[in-house]
Amino acid sequence: MKVLTRPKTSFISTRNACKLCSPLGACFVMRGIENCIPLIHGSQGCATYIRRYGISHFREPLDIASSNFVETTAIFGGRDNLFKALDNVIQQYQPDAIGITSTCLSETMGEDVELYLREYAKLRRTSLSPLFFYASTPSYRGTHIDGFNEAVCAVIKATANNENQKTNEDKQRINLISPFVSCEDVREFHRILQAFDVPYTLLPDYSETLDGVAWQDYQKIPNGGTTLADIAKMKYADTTITFNGDSANFPLNNVVHLPLPIGVDNTDKFFDTLKNITNRESATMSYERGRLIDAYFDGHKYVSGKRAVVYGDKMFVAALKSFLEEIGINVVLAADGAETDFETMLETIRSSRCSKTELADKPDFIIGNSKGLYLSRALGIPLVRCGFPIHDRIGGHRILHIGYRGTLNLFERICNTLIEYKQNQEPFGWTYV
Amino acid sequence: MLAFIPERQHQILEKGRDTYEMECAKPSTAGSVSQRSCVFCGSRVVLYPIADALHLVHGPIGCAAYTWDIRGSMSQGAQLHRLSFSTDLQENEVIHGGEKKLYKALTELIKQYQPNAAFVYCTCIVGLIGDDVEAVCKRVEKEQKIRVIPVHSEGFKGTKKDGYRAACEALFELVDSPQADYLTSAIHSSPPPTINILGEFNLAGETLMIKDYYRRMGVKVAVCFTGDCKIADIEKARTASLNVVQCSGSMTSLAKIMQEKFGTPFKRVSYFGIEDMSKALYDVAEHFKSKEMLQRTQNLVKKEVSVLLPKLTRYRRDLEGRKAAIYVGGPFKAFSLIKALRHLGMETVVVGSQTGTKEDYELLKEITQEGTILCDDSNPLELSRFVLEKGADLLIGGVKERPIAYKMGIGFCDHNHERKIALAGFEGMLNFAKEVHCTVMSPVWKFSPARRQYFAEPPI
Ligand code: SF4
Ligand code: SF4
Repeated sequence: MKVLTRPKTSFISTRNACKLCSPLGACFVMRGIENCIPLIHGSQGCATYIRRYGISHFREPLDIASSNFVETTAIFGGRDNLFKALDNVIQQYQPDAIGITSTCLSETMGEDVELYLREYAKLRRTSLSPLFFYASTPSYRGTHIDGFNEAVCAVIKATANNENQKTNEDKQRINLISPFVSCEDVREFHRILQAFDVPYTLLPDYSETLDGVAWQDYQKIPNGGTTLADIAKMKYADTTITFNGDSANFPLNNVVHLPLPIGVDNTDKFFDTLKNITNRESATMSYERGRLIDAYFDGHKYVSGKRAVVYGDKMFVAALKSFLEEIGINVVLAADGAETDFETMLETIRSSRCSKTELADKPDFIIGNSKGLYLSRALGIPLVRCGFPIHDRIGGHRILHIGYRGTLNLFERICNTLIEYKQNQEPFGWTYV
Repeated sequence: MLAFIPERQHQILEKGRDTYEMECAKPSTAGSVSQRSCVFCGSRVVLYPIADALHLVHGPIGCAAYTWDIRGSMSQGAQLHRLSFSTDLQENEVIHGGEKKLYKALTELIKQYQPNAAFVYCTCIVGLIGDDVEAVCKRVEKEQKIRVIPVHSEGFKGTKKDGYRAACEALFELVDSPQADYLTSAIHSSPPPTINILGEFNLAGETLMIKDYYRRMGVKVAVCFTGDCKIADIEKARTASLNVVQCSGSMTSLAKIMQEKFGTPFKRVSYFGIEDMSKALYDVAEHFKSKEMLQRTQNLVKKEVSVLLPKLTRYRRDLEGRKAAIYVGGPFKAFSLIKALRHLGMETVVVGSQTGTKEDYELLKEITQEGTILCDDSNPLELSRFVLEKGADLLIGGVKERPIAYKMGIGFCDHNHERKIALAGFEGMLNFAKEVHCTVMSPVWKFSPARRQYFAEPPI
């Protein structure tokens, strides 16, 4: 998605980007597979920065190995580094799988990682050797979302040739490619699928690996994640549901592209699809839908006619926009990081205000990740935090966005933020609103 | 039980048990999840606080996005450093070169933000595609009439330390600026006692605190590199007659360059903990050989310490006998922390750093107790094992180390550049005690499954 309202000027430089680089997305996918560890083929800094960025959001250990390029690697190639990294990772972590991603550096060098991996397999393979997933993720070609999708494809491809037979249990099997959502969202996907009582594979599943319990022993690779066995069954599924946009080309049967289930309309689409596939209804879900609509009625006056700025990942922004419009909020600006940055957004809002277009009045709130704080301060309006990353609050990875319950959560957050903002503006506080 | 990476065996040492010399100062082992970052990170740390300069990261988006506003350096006035600027290189530029885009981006940004200088950070792929960043900077410098300085911080060309050096070289370009006014800023022209502070980044306003101590001693600070530092300040650096270098190695190279070029002597100090903070002031007083100044310093220290010590007793009472683990970027800070912890009744049982040298580890060996584990360029698996084995109640480190502590039910204190609490100086020591106390003494740890298993007596 582009900025819906185009700024008058377009910048050469990127200021305060609201996108991140590709290996980050890929690493989170790898983190969502059972006993799998990500390994970034490139220099140390990329891996460490991605870890730091992720740790600040999830507040969980996030080990990502690196093949640690040094100056000579750039001249002689990274084969030896990769081999050594694989040796050491296998020895230390005993993973069932290693998710290897490239970086801008290794891609620019033209590293043939797939060849290296084949060589390595020939040289060192034992019966205990882990599976390799390889995602090519140069950041000059895409964002973290592209990296995320690329990694999902890599995982599916790597398991496509496996010889298991389709069993009776696999009838009606569903794949659900979980988009880049919070841990709580992933748990909600599980709950929804379970309510429809079908066999399914949910990939990736970092709901536990990146939001685990307090430990008794240090877990080298945190428990949880989509099992390799479930991944291997993906090719038998009749249907694959994805929310990642048409550009995500997952090599599976009957791929259904849906909008992210935020808002009643979008969530209905998701549930209708599930109903059609399974021929089942879920009473619980209908009840939750009803409760959400009831909440809409209770709260509609607080939001009706308000103006919002939305930013974040493309599919997330599209879904949020549809949800906001559904409750009577005007989305005056919707921006995804692939093409916009915060500075451009700010410029757009400011210049539109001067030129008295549809933005003649300032927005009432902005909704997106914590990096919008700067924008919210500049405009003097509140920020409703959701999405990724949430670096300035506790529990960002536990924000529920999806399904009827997630929508209810977002709806209440928005109402309450607007109420609190108004309350704070008033010289005296009413305790009834 | 976890087996260490064989190659790393000698980067870990237990005092009293292992007799080999510590191995260190080498590139991280591939596949070890090192806590180190890259050359670029080192340069960013040093230059980032210069708030009225434009900091443009030349490369693909990640390097800039991950370093956007991550440090706690404060600035009075300009705040340009808190924004993130990137050339956001795309495939086309990777193939055909990024010079044009860099030129346009620089010009555009300088026009809009009117910075007083610009730094251009080279990241990994810039080193590979071979952009002539130098030439672009020179051209923009001429056209825009501000200094535009390339920082050679390609991530893979060394470690964070090399990044420090690259940043220091970039800074010296400004210190020795050809445009400097030689009359008002001649070498050592400021009447002594005037000093520069190097390697102090004004985290949570620490620079202002430290400057105030020196002011009370009667010492003038010409420039602080780079806490609360503005471009116009920098060329005054040469007027000072002493450089005081805080924070392990980050800015020693600038001090060395200035010593060589201007003959300015330097002293290494630390502003953490009571002894080291006091020593940092006394060292300066001694350097200037002034009895009055020495007297003023004694008065200052006496006053600060007499206020501080009684306040510490309450924390010490609770913390006495508890154990700490330290994992920091530079080991120089670790020396101070070990001493500071002793004031709180705590012994250090694990101490490691990302970038220590042989001498650093020798010194650490000297000042720690038998059985202490020393580690160089460690990783989460090792660190988690060490803290458990040694029964640490506290881990001091940065954000990347935090989950290691919390997962295992251990207290944590952030002592990195990202912190938002002042820990330097005398006031900082009190904050440090509070920080340590509030985490170590929290009642929540009694719910930790790990603590219940590993410790005979339950914590608290
Ligand atoms: S690309 Fe290079 S400079 Fe950028 S973060 Fe990675 S290692 Fe550092
Ligand atoms: S070099 Fe590429 S992969 Fe590495 S941090 Fe920068 S953008 Fe990300």
